[in-house]
Amino acid sequence: MIRVTLKGLAGRRLRALLTALAIVLGVAMMSGTFVLTDTINGAFTSIFTESYKNADAVISGKTAFTNHNGNNVQAPSLPQSLVAKVKAMPDVQAAAGSVSDDRTKLVGRDGKVITSGGAPQLAFSVDPTADQRFNPLVLTAGSWPSGPHEVAIDSHVASSKHYKVGDTIGVESRGPVRHFRIAGIVKLPGVSIGGATMAVFDTATAQGLLNRVGKVDLIRVQARHGVSTPKLIRELKRVLPPSAQVRDTSAQVKEDKKGVSSFTSFIQGFLLAFAGISLFVGSFVIANTLSITVAQRVREFATLRTIGATRRQILRSVVVEALVIGILGSLAGLFLGLLLAKGLKAVFAATGFDLPSAATVFQARTIVVCLLVGTLITLFASLRPAFRATRVPPIAAVREGAELPPGRFARFAPILSAATLALGVLLLGYGVLAHGLTTVNRLSALGVGVLLLFFGVSANASRLVRPLASVLAWPATRIGGAAGALARENTMRNPKRTASTASALMIGLALVTFVAILGQGLRSSFESAVNGLFKGDYALTSQSTFAPLTISAEQAVRHARNVTVVSGIRAGSARYFDSTENLTGVDSQLAKVVQLDWKEGSAAVPAHLGRNGTFVDDKFAKKHHLHLGSRLTIETPTGHLLHLRVKGIFRLPKGGSPFAPVSISNSLFDANYINPENEMVFLNVRGGVTDENTKALEQPLKDFADAKIQTASQFKKNFEKPINKILYLLYVLLALSVVVSLFGIVNTLVLTVYERTRELGMLRAVGMTRSQTRSMIRHESIVTSLIGAALGMMVGVFLALLVTHALSSNGIVFAVPWLSLVYFVLAAIVIGIVAAIWPARRAAGLNVLEALQYE
Amino acid sequence: MSNTIAVPAAAAVDEPYRGPVVVATNVTRRYGEGPTAVEALRGVSLDVQRGQLTAVMGPSGSGKSTLMHLLAGLDRPTSGKITIEGTEISKLGDNELTKLRRKYIGFVFQFFNLLPMLTAEENVLLPLTIAGEKPDRKWTKELLDRIGLDDRRTHRPAELSGGQQQRVAIGRALASRPAIVFADEPTGNLDSSTSGEILGLMRESVDAYRQTTVMVTHDPRAAAIADRILFLDDGLIVKELHGRSEQHDVIAVMEDLAAR
Repeated sequence: MIRVTLKGLAGRRLRALLTALAIVLGVAMMSGTFVLTDTINGAFTSIFTESYKNADAVISGKTAFTNHNGNNVQAPSLPQSLVAKVKAMPDVQAAAGSVSDDRTKLVGRDGKVITSGGAPQLAFSVDPTADQRFNPLVLTAGSWPSGPHEVAIDSHVASSKHYKVGDTIGVESRGPVRHFRIAGIVKLPGVSIGGATMAVFDTATAQGLLNRVGKVDLIRVQARHGVSTPKLIRELKRVLPPSAQVRDTSAQVKEDKKGVSSFTSFIQGFLLAFAGISLFVGSFVIANTLSITVAQRVREFATLRTIGATRRQILRSVVVEALVIGILGSLAGLFLGLLLAKGLKAVFAATGFDLPSAATVFQARTIVVCLLVGTLITLFASLRPAFRATRVPPIAAVREGAELPPGRFARFAPILSAATLALGVLLLGYGVLAHGLTTVNRLSALGVGVLLLFFGVSANASRLVRPLASVLAWPATRIGGAAGALARENTMRNPKRTASTASALMIGLALVTFVAILGQGLRSSFESAVNGLFKGDYALTSQSTFAPLTISAEQAVRHARNVTVVSGIRAGSARYFDSTENLTGVDSQLAKVVQLDWKEGSAAVPAHLGRNGTFVDDKFAKKHHLHLGSRLTIETPTGHLLHLRVKGIFRLPKGGSPFAPVSISNSLFDANYINPENEMVFLNVRGGVTDENTKALEQPLKDFADAKIQTASQFKKNFEKPINKILYLLYVLLALSVVVSLFGIVNTLVLTVYERTRELGMLRAVGMTRSQTRSMIRHESIVTSLIGAALGMMVGVFLALLVTHALSSNGIVFAVPWLSLVYFVLAAIVIGIVAAIWPARRAAGLNVLEALQYE
Repeated sequence: MSNTIAVPAAAAVDEPYRGPVVVATNVTRRYGEGPTAVEALRGVSLDVQRGQLTAVMGPSGSGKSTLMHLLAGLDRPTSGKITIEGTEISKLGDNELTKLRRKYIGFVFQFFNLLPMLTAEENVLLPLTIAGEKPDRKWTKELLDRIGLDDRRTHRPAELSGGQQQRVAIGRALASRPAIVFADEPTGNLDSSTSGEILGLMRESVDAYRQTTVMVTHDPRAAAIADRILFLDDGLIVKELHGRSEQHDVIAVMEDLAAR
């Protein structure tokens, strides 16, 4: 019997292929995600491992904590004298100190920073006079930099920006741009560092450039032959000052990778969510396609039943078929994922995250999970059609035009589908509106609610098909004439089939609509927040607006003509109430450029913070029961404790706060943080925004390539850019699930054409032209697609209403981006046209005579 | 799994059953309910004798197809009793009926109902495949010889003519050596010379294997090969011809019925 099933499958190769396609993309996305993140992880591991080559232990500055999801935590440097002390130890074979930094920008000939998104801008020191055992870099041209005027740059920048040995290039680190002669081109062997850039100097030059005179950041230590690493570390610990720590190399690599790992696991989860959506849509398509093929094989099942096949054998034959389709589809997806990983990387690179890469990592976990998930989803989607197939009675073998009998629970179907929908809506309402839910409970309620909502809408959609089709097909009847009218009837003749085909598209469009509306809400709430908060004339930021900027830029602009207020806002991290959080430093003139709504205290608070004052936001104050005069102790990264007193509490602005929960004065900040940086600087100028004033501000900044003077309105606009970027990224990722549903429409149409062969022959015989036939199929496809779009947009609007309501306290408003919705409708029409191309060609290509004789 | 179904009660008795292969007693079949109900059969009793070819004739709407569906266990009577090889079938569950079909019944359809992706030989052996039995090589050879398709055993249905397809279908009906073969208008979809060949093959199977056969037909030529002809009209058996009848006798009865 299995053999018969497999032969049958081989006989319906096209249909099997179409069914499998639905799962291929989702699995490919999953496999691509795993391959991409594993490869990135692998690349970082080899970068970090390579950078400690030949070292057994690494000494570094100790920080009290790290903050991987917030502001940078700068570790203290070590005294250079420590290197000699370590070198002199009997069990040490070799030791070398180096300085390094990840905010040292290369500045191109155009005076702009050579950058790629948020990738690190690395600087290292090398010692060309020493032996190079610890140097991870290799020279591809020229020689190691030596002396205060030489630099080596990485080969990627050299080739993409056309630099060669002997050229001059700008470098901006803790001060204005300085120019260096390129002595050499270097690279890390075996890996690409992605969008990161590298500038390499000799030790003394690097120390000067990075404000580390007489200091080093890292000491690499090699043990003498025969000395174990633990022993070495024990001995090193004895001589280290309290600000230093030592780790063996693999622990150091792990530590360095922590930030990366949390980043890649975030990306992994993020992308897997989209793979999940595609698989979910795919399961709809598979269930639908199998339902149609089962309906078309009623005679076959009935014949098998008359010659002795049991119901279980029928069930098994459909399920085995799905199993084979699932395995083949998953296998195809698994390997397609290898290609997709490259595509995803390109998408990330295009949106400004050029990630490092090394050899592709294809783990056993990827293979197992992808095959298992893809196959199980196909299997699960096949269950309903398979059970329907068992309902075919043997007598159907002798009846002409026998139809699939209704399932055993068919009479409960309307109640069940209404109940599913209601339960979905209730769960969503509960998840969004209920108070005091734990995050896990809330997310489960929302997740299950959304799933049920999709199932429920899909199950109830067949009743909406007729009204929707009669409205949405109106243009088709006008444009397509008789063919359009027939197309409309065709979409209505099997409402269940049309509904489930459209439902697959509904899911994608619902999510796209939801994202668009939420994005619009975020944008407008942001806009009003930004408008309400910032009242300075100008803002000084880094080129990207969001990366921190050296405070020497602030100092440079202080003496520009007409400047009345320069107020920098510092960004750092601190530990308080047992959690690592961001910390803000503010200037005494803050009130002149940023308007806060004070709940306790007044606008005079920032000017009177002094050495022990702080102000906090009201949410934080409420959570920790803080009032004016309350005491608060925070720990800086170097382990210092700052004892503060609350001097003001401000109301969190709707749409987000530019400040961390806790803010201190810049003077206190600068005294306790190494290399303090500004998040942004606001300026007031006599005469306000004028071209002259702008020029006057830009003049002292011309040596700061990363600095950017923006008028208040430019600054506000720049704030919206990342929202748009994220929206586009989400659209691209959701497009995948829309493509899956496009395959669903193709499947349905191809199977329908096959089923209506005779009818198509008849229509052609009575005078329908080939182009009318094509147009009929095309209009049917467009109408189906529009039904999916209509359902999807309704669901999307509903979800957005719920979520914006829940987030209304954060200032997120419900705002419909009408233009985007128009684009989605146009996209649905295009999807319909594209999906119809091939089925329409098949229908038009039928031989009239053969079609009429077709049985 | 194929062989784990409970064997129908009567098949398990020690003494082989020797009575008529099929017995119908007072069988009625009503479709629908209330005033729109249609009485397709209004009380039919008959027995099908072993080794005989019984033809069921009648104008369309006479209930002959309904009768065959009931006798073959494809449909359930509204009232009355039907036994196949001594087993009362109206009370059997789906699995028991399936098992009964495997063991005792073969089908020949008007539209052949072959599986398109299987070869002629695979189609013939399909009932054995489904039952999980190993086909006897000698019997397979004989069967393929008998239906005259030994040289086309590897052809698929699409590569065969209508007559050849029906030969494969007859081979399939005979494959499990069933107690009874039901043929539903076996020549209904064939031209007249091919029909003659198919009828010859059916008659041969009765003579060579004493294959009990019930054939529903409205073709007098087909009825003329039968050992016994039942005439149905308006849900009742109205006439019976015993022994081989001449084609013109059959036509006369049919005209008679049409005139009533």
